[in-house]
Amino acid sequence: MSSRGPALRRDEATFAALIDAWSPGMLRSARAYVADDHTAQDVVQETWLGVLRGIDGFQQRSSLRTWVYRILVNKAKTRGVRDARTVPGLGVVDCEDHGPTVDPARFRGADDPYPGHWRSSPAAWPSPEDGAVAAETRWQLAAALAGLPARQRVVVTLRDIAAHSSEEVCELLSISAANQRVLLHRGRAALRAALERHWVKEAM
Amino acid sequence: MNCDEFVELVTAYLEGALPPETEQRFVEHLAECDGCDRYLDQIRTTVDALGRLPAQRLAPEARDRLLAAFRDWPTG
Repeated sequence: MSSRGPALRRDEATFAALIDAWSPGMLRSARAYVADDHTAQDVVQETWLGVLRGIDGFQQRSSLRTWVYRILVNKAKTRGVRDARTVPGLGVVDCEDHGPTVDPARFRGADDPYPGHWRSSPAAWPSPEDGAVAAETRWQLAAALAGLPARQRVVVTLRDIAAHSSEEVCELLSISAANQRVLLHRGRAALRAALERHWVKEAM
Repeated sequence: MNCDEFVELVTAYLEGALPPETEQRFVEHLAECDGCDRYLDQIRTTVDALGRLPAQRLAPEARDRLLAAFRDWPTG
């Protein structure tokens, strides 16, 4: 991977292969910052031009992919600010980062013989092996993702959609490991809760 | 471990970031609690589904423009 920098500069097929392999995840990641798909396309295109511009100066301290994503995140952030869709400082912990991720009413109270345990277990979901269920799940997830607080959306997208490691995300966003984990945790819990609401409603 | 504590530790557990003693309590609770077993399973299902969102492609014209830019780029 790290030797790809120079090869990319000489070989059009390598460049084309990288564009095809990485653009889908980059589009999703850009979309976490900007307001619409069209702008996300612009950001990814600008990113690849930035890659061409900067590849000679690529220091192989990080992987090529992390380096490309750093260009992407910077361009997406700039674009998000211009379009007044600012992702607040990722290192700042605010009220969205506190409190339980599961409604406390789901658990038994202090006067119960089993305090802190489920009042009733989470309901089973229909099997994702069913194609229609899988499609509905993806549709619901995409909608719920768009509704997440911005910082959670960015971290969940980079981790669970673009498949970066926690170390890479910390490096890309300049946040601590603990902060990254809190944002990922809250984002994933909110998405699970959205799917739960959907399937419970469907079952009624 | 109580269920309301368990649900707040699932991400740290999946990241392998729990201290050994906490991880042991987590796993012990998981073994005896159907509700938390299902909760963890649903978190895994959610993460798995995120990885399967339909791929978005770069517009073909944009791809063509980038490859043209690559060909025309002055070589250092």
